[in-house]
Amino acid sequence: MKFSSQTKQKIAFMLLGIASTIVIVPVIVIFTILIQKGLPAINWQFLTAMPRMGMRAGGIFPAIMGTLYLVSGTIVVALPLGVLAAIYLVEYARRNFLTRMIEVAIVNLAGVPSVVYGLFGMGLFVIYLKMGVSIVAGALTLAIMILPVIITSAKEALQSVPRSFREASLALGVSKWQTIRYVVLPNALPGILTGTILGISRAAGETAPILFTVAAFYLPRLPKSIFDQCMALPYHLYVLSTQVPNVSPKIQYGTALVLVGMVFLLNLVAVIVRSHIRSRKQW
Amino acid sequence: MSKIDIQNLDLFYGPFQALINVNLAIEEKMITALIGPSGCGKSTLLRCLNRMNDLIDGVKITGKVLIDGENIYENGTDLVMLRKKVGMVFQRPNPFPLSIFDNIAYGPRTHGNMNQAELEDIVEKSLRHVELWDILKDKLDYSALNLSLEQQQRLCIARLVAVTPDVMLMDEPCSALDPVATSKIEELMAELKKHYTILIVTHNMQQAARVSDRTGFMLLGKLMEYGETRQVFTTPKEIKTEEYITGRYG
Ligand SMILES: Nc1ncnc2c1ncn2[C@@H]1O[C@H](COP(=O)(O)OP(=O)(O)OP(=O)(O)O)[C@@H](O)[C@H]1O
Ligand SMILES: [Mg+2]
Repeated sequence: MKFSSQTKQKIAFMLLGIASTIVIVPVIVIFTILIQKGLPAINWQFLTAMPRMGMRAGGIFPAIMGTLYLVSGTIVVALPLGVLAAIYLVEYARRNFLTRMIEVAIVNLAGVPSVVYGLFGMGLFVIYLKMGVSIVAGALTLAIMILPVIITSAKEALQSVPRSFREASLALGVSKWQTIRYVVLPNALPGILTGTILGISRAAGETAPILFTVAAFYLPRLPKSIFDQCMALPYHLYVLSTQVPNVSPKIQYGTALVLVGMVFLLNLVAVIVRSHIRSRKQW
Repeated sequence: MSKIDIQNLDLFYGPFQALINVNLAIEEKMITALIGPSGCGKSTLLRCLNRMNDLIDGVKITGKVLIDGENIYENGTDLVMLRKKVGMVFQRPNPFPLSIFDNIAYGPRTHGNMNQAELEDIVEKSLRHVELWDILKDKLDYSALNLSLEQQQRLCIARLVAVTPDVMLMDEPCSALDPVATSKIEELMAELKKHYTILIVTHNMQQAARVSDRTGFMLLGKLMEYGETRQVFTTPKEIKTEEYITGRYG
């Protein structure tokens, strides 16, 4: 069978269109269902009150706060560590066997299932380092989980800064570290933020890494310190949907909506920051 | 004493020898041009003088480069001081993606703690030096990337002026510019010569003849001929130089 090139083009466009629709449809369906069934549950009290009656009533405030604590702790640990590691690998390390091994390790770490991180975190932080089931242990576990993402994207961002900028700075007698600090890093920032966005979303949404390291089944109060346990949205959602009988679907869907909304909001903020920085950069 | 004295300089990129026993004395407050076919080692030689080749893995250098009588390849040479003294202008204008002001203030800012007034003073002086002040004095906050290529190249020179070098290395500084802009930069160089020792690499024979006092001709890593520009262009000693200048060579 022979088609004219125009027909071929039409068919190609159609296939591409179908492919992208297939990708979008589940997202729309999930969002629609969540909003439809979850939105009625959401009110000021739901967001700011403690859960009551074994989580069958009341709000999800401690879970929201817990997730916020965990995400903040994760960023505080993972962002500096990841960026410094990327700077070392891109700017300082010589290309030899060791650095190649490090790079392979980073790529592989990105593919490790999250439950493995959870068990690792429990072994290292909770038990061996005696942190107990606590926010520090959870945040450290999540940080290790998202390090590969942050390192990889920060490396790419650093590498994309033109060589000519570095040369111009070094040729002015500016030291290597100052060159990195004042020329390379500012220009790599948008890329680094992208990686951080991806990392944060993952950290906020995962259940397995926090399961054994921090998450409390039912703790209707806020944590007193970083060595306390706390509730967290993804785990709370899991508990509501599988562990507690007779929870009204309204609360379940409401919780899911809040979790998805939070991740969405985090992404949105970071995307806006990034595009703002990008609009100022012209090379 | 010459400003720069290069003695028995050999340079290897891994196994490949890019400079072969180069000896060259460069006089103060003169423009010295380096010409030669592509790949003969002009840029490499230039980058030896501020040790930018140190950034490349697997480079080995032997020999001496004396600047004001001091061997810059001595152990313990302060690279920061060296590069402040020996500045470089690149082939493509490479301003930072910052404002005009910040581009020029960048060097002085990182080198010492200066207050705003001192910085403003330096920026004005440097821009005057490259004859950009009158055009740009009301646009100091504008991004340097919006300037024309010629202005960008001038700005890069001003950025250099701001750290008060003695020597300026220019690697094909006009190759990204049109003829009018080129001749303007050449005029500027004649002006800069009063204050700085200038080394320029160029593929443009007329340019070398027009602007330089001394010319060196390089071929396959060797300095074939070196002398007063007029002599090199009118009565070259080497047959290879003559072939190159008259265009019978790559
Ligand atoms: N980083 C490097 N690694 C290996 N070889 C290099 C490197 N840089 C330059 N060379 C080689 O050294 C030789 C001299 O290069 P150089 O850039 O100094 O030439 P050039 O005279 O400046 O040429 P052009 O006129 O094209 O700029 C060339 O053969 C080049 O291939
Ligand atoms: Mg060159």
